[in-house]
Formats: sequence, structure tokens, C-alpha cells
Amino acid sequence: MIKHHPTFSMLQNFVDGDLPASLAAGVAMHAGMCPMCQQKIIQLTEQVAEANFEESSDLDLFTNDADMKTAELDFDDIIGEITASDDVEPMKAASIERSVSFKGTQYVLPNVLRNMSLGKTAQIGKLSRARILLDEGEIHTNLLHIGAGGSIPEHTHKGFELTLLLAGTFADEQGEYVQGDFIMLDKRHQHQPATELGCLCYTVANDALHFTQGINKLLNPIGSFIY
Amino acid sequence: MQSVHSELPSHQTAVTSSSMTNKIDHSQLCQWLKSIAVDRDKQAFTGVFKFFAPKIQRIAQSKLNNEALAAEVLQDTMSNVWRKAHLFDDSKGAATTWVYTIMRNVTFDLLRKMKANKEDNLSDDIWPLAEALNTEDDSFSDHIQSRNLLGVIETLPENQQQVVKGFYFMEMSQEQLAVHLNLPLGTIKSRLRLALGKLKLKLGEHHD
Repeated sequence: MIKHHPTFSMLQNFVDGDLPASLAAGVAMHAGMCPMCQQKIIQLTEQVAEANFEESSDLDLFTNDADMKTAELDFDDIIGEITASDDVEPMKAASIERSVSFKGTQYVLPNVLRNMSLGKTAQIGKLSRARILLDEGEIHTNLLHIGAGGSIPEHTHKGFELTLLLAGTFADEQGEYVQGDFIMLDKRHQHQPATELGCLCYTVANDALHFTQGINKLLNPIGSFIY
Repeated sequence: MQSVHSELPSHQTAVTSSSMTNKIDHSQLCQWLKSIAVDRDKQAFTGVFKFFAPKIQRIAQSKLNNEALAAEVLQDTMSNVWRKAHLFDDSKGAATTWVYTIMRNVTFDLLRKMKANKEDNLSDDIWPLAEALNTEDDSFSDHIQSRNLLGVIETLPENQQQVVKGFYFMEMSQEQLAVHLNLPLGTIKSRLRLALGKLKLKLGEHHD
């Protein structure tokens, strides 16, 4: 069962369209696997829409022809221009599935990711990652695959790190994570995820991971690899 | 549905569309969207436009802080309403929610184009329009629906079938179809529109 969810304020930002694409995509994929958050999003969207469009009547006076002339835009022109076009949006044909393969395992990607460009897959040991090229500056987004029996050495973050488990399971000190878990960590957390059977994660981070234990400090290049 | 209601107290409790009791005339908005979908009704579009446009303009202006961009959001949102009205399904949510989703998506893509210099238009993948929002159940019923859809398309006259299949399943443009079928563009357009109207009716019957 999914135990980790986006916070309420993150859902609000999601509905408002105020999250960066990387995080918005993470919330959307989580909601695709979590009926509870999906329901919250539907309700929030209804509320926000209602609140946006019900606004007090004095603003609606705008629609009076007399006042419209004072508005910058000539609504009648826009209406004419739009309705002059005969195009209708095609209904979406059954969506084409997009899959990626890591270490010989094929994964069907969630629809949210189907139009994003992926970089080449790079590998270190049991870790493979493909960058998702969203061009969001310091925010880096990856598909991260950890092969069976693999782990990420204990680390902490200077910024935030979102891990959304797309397939498989992994565990850390806090317990076991399953498909759909939305794990948002910040610099207060330390963890050392390990997977028995392998897993595929969608990760978003705004700084390199920082390894904290003895010899693993030598592994800090992996930190930038994962970031 | 009644359109005259007393003022809502600012504290709103229920959010389901059936219990929305403020002054937005939801059934009127739905009716307009249907007329746009079926009849390409410009009068209905004008109604929808005059209801939403001032609000969209104001919301976009406060979010983007730029008049030209706000005008772009308005234009894009409303032309999406015009082009996508047939995709609106009032059993899936209110017209306000549907238009809000379009406006939010247009704004998101526009901001992303400016900030990340990316024209990847990801918004419709992140926030699919209401008719496809309920992922798990819907991806299932979507399959059923597209199967149904094929069945219903088969009941259209042959010349309309050709156009519909070419347009929706082979993703040919109307211009490509005109060349391919050796017909004037206007004929393609009117066949498509006729077919859409019929499909809408038949699929409606099917679901009720």
C-alpha cells in the first residue's frame, strides 16, 4: 500500500500550476497510482476553478459593451478570429506506450513522461540512470534504476530529493517502499535505500547527493552521478 | 436547474458540481459548450467567451504580470475551448473546471517556454483534460470506449468513415486527407463535422 504522499500544499501548488514541470510530473504520476490523492486533486481543481470564475459582479461589468472599449483587448475581434477557424481537436487515438529498458528489463513509462526527452543511459555498478531533459537549471530529473541487490550508500541532501517509485520496491531505515510511494526528502534526512529485486525510480533533486559515511565519502562522484 | 441563487457565504463546504449553488450558471455553460461541439455555434461561443474572458484576462495578468502574455493566455485558452468543446464531458465535471484546466495548462506551457526555453507543451500530459483525469478507471474505460468508438464509426456512411478514420486513427491532417482522397478541403471538413455530430449523438445514446 502506498504510504507516502505529496503534502497538501504541494497538491495545491500542483493544481495552481505553480510547480516546476519535474515536480508536477511527479505529483501527476503519483496521483495516477493513488486514488486518494487523485480524488483530492479533482476536488481541489473544482474548488480553485469555482473560486477563480465566480468573482464578484463588479468585475464582470467588464463584459458590458460600454466598458469593453476601455479594456485593452477588443473581445469581438478575438471571438471573430477564433471562430473563423474550422479546426477541431482530434480525439486522442489510443495512447502509444513508451517503454525504456534497464539491464534487460523493460518498463512501460507512465503517460506523463511519454513526450519528455531522455538522455543516454549511464551506469555505475548496479545503478543506471537516464536523465530526463527538462532544462530546469539546478533541478535535475532522472530515471534511476537500481539492479537487484543494489543500494545507494547512506547519504544526505543539501537540497530536496524526490523519489517516486515507479516499479519494484526498496527499503531504507524508515521501512519498505512500494510502487507509487512519493518520497520527498530534504537535508534533514539521511537514508540508504536498498532493493532486493531491483526497482525503477523517478527522481528530482536540486543538488548533488552527499555521502556521509567513512569510505563512502570516496563515492561522492556517485552523488553527482545520481543528481 | 435554477440559475438564481442567493449569495454564497465565503466559506464553501461542498465542492461536488451538483451542490454548487453560487451564481455561476453551470447548466447554461454546459449547454453552450455542447452547441459549440455539435453545431459550431458562434453565438454560444460568444456567450462562453463573455463569461470567461474578463476573468481569464485578470487571472493571467496577475499571474504573469504582463499584458501581452495575458492576452496570449486568453487567446490560446479560448481557441482551445473552440477546438476542444467536443471533448468536454459534463458528467466528468463542471464547465468551469474544464476551462480552468485549459487556462492553467496554457499558462504553464507559456511560462515554461519563457523560463526553460522549451516548447515541449507538457501540460496536457501532466494534467490531462477532465475527460481523462481518472487514470486507473479511465484508462480501462478508455479502452472500452475506443472499442465502442470503432463500432460506432463503422455505422457511419462510408465516405464519412474514411475521413474519420484517416483523421483520428492515422492522424492525417485535413489537408493531407483532401489530397489523399482527391476531394476539396471543404468537403473533408464538412464530412468530418457531420460525422462528429453523429458520433457524439450515438456515443451519448450508448452511455445513457
